[in-house]
Amino acid sequence: MPSLDPAEWQALSLTLKVAATALIVTLPVAILAGYVLARLRFPGHGILNGLIHLPLVLPPVVTGYVLLILFGRRGPIGSFLEETFGITFAFNWTGAALAAGVMAFPLMVRPIRLAIEAVDPKLEEAAATLGSPRVVVLAVVTLPLALPGILAAAILGFAKAMGEFGATITFVSNIPGETRTLALALYTATQTPDGELAAFRLTILSTVVAFAALIASEVVARRLARAVKGGA
Amino acid sequence: MIDISILGRAGDLPIAADFHSSEGVMALFGQSGAGKSTITKMIAGLIRPDAGRIAINGDTLFDSGKGIDVPVRRRRIGHVFQEARLFPHLSVRSNLTFARLAGRRIEPAAFDEVVELLGIAPLLARRPGSLSGGEKQRVAIGRALLSSPRALVMDEPLASLDPGRKAEILPFLDRLCHESRIPIIYVSHALEEVARLADTLTIVSQGRTVATGPIAEIMTRLDLGVATGRHEAGSIIEGRVVGQDADWGLTTLSVEDQLLQVPSREIAVGATVRLRIRARDVSIAIGATDGLSIRNRLSVSIEAITDESGPYAELLCRVGRQPLRARLTRASVADLDLHPGKTVTALIKTIAIDRREITGV
Repeated sequence: MPSLDPAEWQALSLTLKVAATALIVTLPVAILAGYVLARLRFPGHGILNGLIHLPLVLPPVVTGYVLLILFGRRGPIGSFLEETFGITFAFNWTGAALAAGVMAFPLMVRPIRLAIEAVDPKLEEAAATLGSPRVVVLAVVTLPLALPGILAAAILGFAKAMGEFGATITFVSNIPGETRTLALALYTATQTPDGELAAFRLTILSTVVAFAALIASEVVARRLARAVKGGA
Repeated sequence: MIDISILGRAGDLPIAADFHSSEGVMALFGQSGAGKSTITKMIAGLIRPDAGRIAINGDTLFDSGKGIDVPVRRRRIGHVFQEARLFPHLSVRSNLTFARLAGRRIEPAAFDEVVELLGIAPLLARRPGSLSGGEKQRVAIGRALLSSPRALVMDEPLASLDPGRKAEILPFLDRLCHESRIPIIYVSHALEEVARLADTLTIVSQGRTVATGPIAEIMTRLDLGVATGRHEAGSIIEGRVVGQDADWGLTTLSVEDQLLQVPSREIAVGATVRLRIRARDVSIAIGATDGLSIRNRLSVSIEAITDESGPYAELLCRVGRQPLRARLTRASVADLDLHPGKTVTALIKTIAIDRREITGV
């Protein structure tokens, strides 16, 4: 197997870092949003649902531009975060993670919502009669039973985060070692004269990584399904 | 002590429940769709009544006048649902100790006692998915008992089981009902279960509690035929075992100093038992009753006679103080000139008494 050159290593490790960060930060929020949409009824339910799904239907460039306006150095949120916590998103890998997370978010909420809706509310009722507050019901009954769906959401989100392009390049540009993920590196290669070989190698690399993630998730999903359904 | 007086709705059906009991097992009896489950859910706090009061052992759980509405998780009503509702991802043991996750204490001794009472020790390591219907229901009962409840509500725990499974679980319920130190509300539409397990009976018809009181009294009420079903109408009789005849397979009871022979049950001499006699299995004779195969001939006095539509008439008689219901044709009532106050002989075939409906008290 041909070894990776330093630039490829850099793109690969950056991509994994960006996607993992995006997933870790976004998943809890997605679970909360999925639970709220599945189990709570309140005025504004439809509007919240629409807002959550907005990045799915907007052109990614628009999402990236909105992020730039809001989270850029001079943006209202971006300047506040930089002054208060010293967190910078603009032209930083954290910005790439933010863009990837925002784009992956609606894709993750949907399967989580469906999985939570599929949990029998009668079991939650039974848990309540046994003395459990809502948080305990959520932690010991609802979420464990929805775990296969949550895992599916995580895989979908991770894959989306790894491949995010439009919002990322608009928001944080294409800086080697900082924001140039595999997708951006591949795009760069296609724009470079004599870049066919580099593009081909990156294509193979992306495919291998995605396939490995898919296999790993299959294994975990099967174990989870067995644990949740609980055979003999 | 159960103190319930509530108004509410179940879909289009108005609910008006009013019943009280001092101790033991209270049965809520009525046909499917009568609103029994809604009433139990209101007691558990899963459905909110529009108005009224719910108190168990003097603790008020709901009082619309005082603005009290204790949330489900703090009501401490152990609820056994028709479908066992076990948590499929947890082992039987974890299901049983689930209340611990909610911060309730489960003494190891109490755990062992419940496991022994329900005979579920061999199931502890298994998952609910691999249990039979009867086993699931026993675990569900155990789980409710181990949530340190102030009362136990069982909503048709046997309704979804086939007759074999019912027979398997009834002895456990027997023990539970007779040994329990907390009030039990037992919901059923099967009269034989109610007759076997309950001390007090409340009849629910079209969302309303139409009668409530000691089981023997309520089961012999003539005006409740619609709610209980004509075919099943009968009376609960209590007696003391005075003899066992293994040769003939008969157990002899003393009922108000008269003898009653029933198919034999292994119950010790001297013990008090309860049995149900269906009204249609009781015949009435005046004068001599020689040359009959019927073994039980109780001297009773007629208290009331109710004519019904068609050929039927219902008699309420008294064996001493205990009520006995008989179902005759109106023609017989006329032919024998039966009227309240008259003393007659009630004839009851021994084999008409279902041995499964004879239980120790």
